[in-house]
Amino acid sequence: MKAKFLIPLALFGVLVAFLAVGLTRDPHEIPSPFINKPAPPFKVAQLIKADDAFSPADLKGQVWMLNVWASWCVACRSEHPLLVQMSQAKIVPVIGLDYKDKRDDGVKFLAQHGDPYNLSAFDADGRVGIDYGVYGVPETFIIDKHGVIRHKQIGPITPESLEKTILPLLAELKKES
Amino acid sequence: MIPELGHFLLVLALCVAAVLGTLPLLGAHQRRREWIVLARPAAQVFFLLTAASFVALGWSFYVNDFSVLYVAEHSNSLLPTVYRLAAIWGGHEGSLLLWMFMLSCWTVAVATLSRTLDETMVARVLGVLGLVATGLLLFVLFTSNPFERLLPAAQEGRDLNPLLQDPGLVFHPPMLYMGYVGFSVAFAFAIAALLSGRLDAAWARWSRPWTLTAWIFLTCGIALGSVWAYYELGWGGWWFWDPVENASFLPWLLGTALIHSLAVTEKRGSFKSWTVLLAIGAFSLSLLGTFLVRSGVLTSVHAFASDPRRGIFILLLLVLVVGSSLALFAWRAPKVALGGQFGLISRESLLLVGNVLLVVACGSVLLGTLYPLIVDALNLGKISVGPPYFNTVFVPLMAPALFLMAAVPLARWKHADVKDMARRLWIAGALAIVGAIAIPMLMGGWTFLTGLGTLLSVWIAASMILQMIARLKSGIPPLSFWGMQLGHLGVAVFVMGVTLVGGFQEEKDVRMEPGDIVTVGGHEFKFIGITAVNGPNYKAARGEFQVIRNNVPTRTLYPEKRTYVSSEMPMTEAAIDPGVTRDVYVSLGEPLEGKAWAVRVYFKPFVDWIWGGCLLMALGGICAASDRRYRMRVKAAAAARTTALQGASS
Repeated sequence: MKAKFLIPLALFGVLVAFLAVGLTRDPHEIPSPFINKPAPPFKVAQLIKADDAFSPADLKGQVWMLNVWASWCVACRSEHPLLVQMSQAKIVPVIGLDYKDKRDDGVKFLAQHGDPYNLSAFDADGRVGIDYGVYGVPETFIIDKHGVIRHKQIGPITPESLEKTILPLLAELKKES
Repeated sequence: MIPELGHFLLVLALCVAAVLGTLPLLGAHQRRREWIVLARPAAQVFFLLTAASFVALGWSFYVNDFSVLYVAEHSNSLLPTVYRLAAIWGGHEGSLLLWMFMLSCWTVAVATLSRTLDETMVARVLGVLGLVATGLLLFVLFTSNPFERLLPAAQEGRDLNPLLQDPGLVFHPPMLYMGYVGFSVAFAFAIAALLSGRLDAAWARWSRPWTLTAWIFLTCGIALGSVWAYYELGWGGWWFWDPVENASFLPWLLGTALIHSLAVTEKRGSFKSWTVLLAIGAFSLSLLGTFLVRSGVLTSVHAFASDPRRGIFILLLLVLVVGSSLALFAWRAPKVALGGQFGLISRESLLLVGNVLLVVACGSVLLGTLYPLIVDALNLGKISVGPPYFNTVFVPLMAPALFLMAAVPLARWKHADVKDMARRLWIAGALAIVGAIAIPMLMGGWTFLTGLGTLLSVWIAASMILQMIARLKSGIPPLSFWGMQLGHLGVAVFVMGVTLVGGFQEEKDVRMEPGDIVTVGGHEFKFIGITAVNGPNYKAARGEFQVIRNNVPTRTLYPEKRTYVSSEMPMTEAAIDPGVTRDVYVSLGEPLEGKAWAVRVYFKPFVDWIWGGCLLMALGGICAASDRRYRMRVKAAAAARTTALQGASS
């Protein structure tokens, strides 16, 4: 066997090594600049009680979750039952942020699918979403007692992410002083 | 019920593929006739099962069966029927089923059209195809089952990505996959030849039309994808050096080298091991492309959901298929006898130079595509490689190849007469120099790149046309001659298009109110206004623009900004007025205050020549693949068989 005929095989071996390492990396993983930063303040009207306002400052001293949703968002429907279950367990306050929606549609959506939220803030023009760096709905933020964002879930919550990431983190944060 | 049936048929197809991939190969090795003759019927059954499974998935889409997860994710009851059917390959699982279906088509085609090939060779070729099919079917069934149920069923499907709701989706992926997968036949022939140790001219003659056919499909598929990106993405570009585009371009480059190298092996018996390596390489790159696209190791505009399990599976498959073939190559290729000798300047040597240039170009595109991955793997950070790298590397490599292209058909085998070649080429050379100066000047200004591009384009075109005229004087040439000439002429047309649109396109981004006029490339565009329209599954703002030339309105263009009902995704539909010498292209940006809109207007000279050139190349391929000598053999062999049968019966 002549050595030169092995060159293609050797080159292929090197290629495979790189591909194998590449598989362990996630090119989509962009570190969110919002983690460990104070949650941006805002004050907007609530969805259902349109005359009342909501501001993150109202929840200072509590661990809470901000879930960005919309009636037009199909992926939100997949995580919605999980949120309803979670709210029944009353683990932490869950605040909704109804993003770029119509008020009637949002209210109807909650009436149809159940309302898992302590309240929903109404972000009709998406300003709050911009402050929070929302680039797809749904997204979920976990905010600690000091009003600092500790985790961001991009895309719908799945039973797996709830079990493995969100619930343990919430339990841990609740223990912090 | 139908989805379960489809799933079951696919499992059966796997069983048949496993039989096809083992018994005939073993039979060929141990000279067991009863196993060898299994190959053809097994290939036919494999095709029928895969096709039926494919139809089953199509049926689920047709009847809006949202209890099938894949259908619920990629379709919607509002989606027009043709897109509902094309949505079969709108996502990962269905694309792979399409891949399988194409592979079964190629397999059955080889089984049916190779009546004259000796039984052992057919058994080996079909066996290799069966092995490939087995690997991919395992992948489909274990990681990407398109028939998975969604219980309870969804009320409504999530809808097909609006980017894909376009005639482009109907034609581009099947064409592309047909090409991609078609290289598996060249690969199977190469492996079969290595296994049998019979690497001869007959082998090259057999694999040549198959390789050409795959190459034609791939050429058309890539061109269609490029057209689609051009009008659908609304940026007016026709090639982005995106990883997924590159994944289809890499096998094309190697496939192009392969069809030329096969020509040498068929005519002169040289380059045998090189040809085999190219055949292995072209198919390996098809598989690598599948890996890159489907594993999500690279980010791309073709963002697909990725699943690490799939990545590992395809990587394993890649290692098995490519690794074992390259090992077989290392073991068997050294025993291959050398072909005919040739001089320093001969058709062989010139083709070899062209071949090396194509392979190096392919390697550099591969490197650029994988570079982000390599850098990340070495922990050097996350980077992306863009068009500047590819253009800087690709153009200098292709320029000499294009320069040679005009001369090679004039060079003789074994030993070329340089003086004679120069005598026959000087007119083309003179025309090229005149063209390189005159065309850019006429278009608006000479630059180095436009000069180079037009020089090469005119050089090739003039040389090809002069050769055709000279050849016609001595009678009607065979189709393979026309294939070569048309294919190369296509390259000339392509290069001209790329050069002129790259050098002289104009683009304006403007804010327009109704009544405003903007002038681009000698055309005036008058914004009339916006009206709201409703499509089957979207709402749109439709703009109206009058194109005015010399104060006479010539055409009205209607670009749209669509919002799809189910996904709320905005889409830009550009309006294009195509023409032989120029396209004008209007696309709507965002609405601004009042009635004003952001508008993008492009003037694209000769852009359609890019795809016209590709079409010519494909036409050249069709001529070459249907040359008489391939059909003659079939007829002659059929006649021989009939005689033999008669002899046996009498």
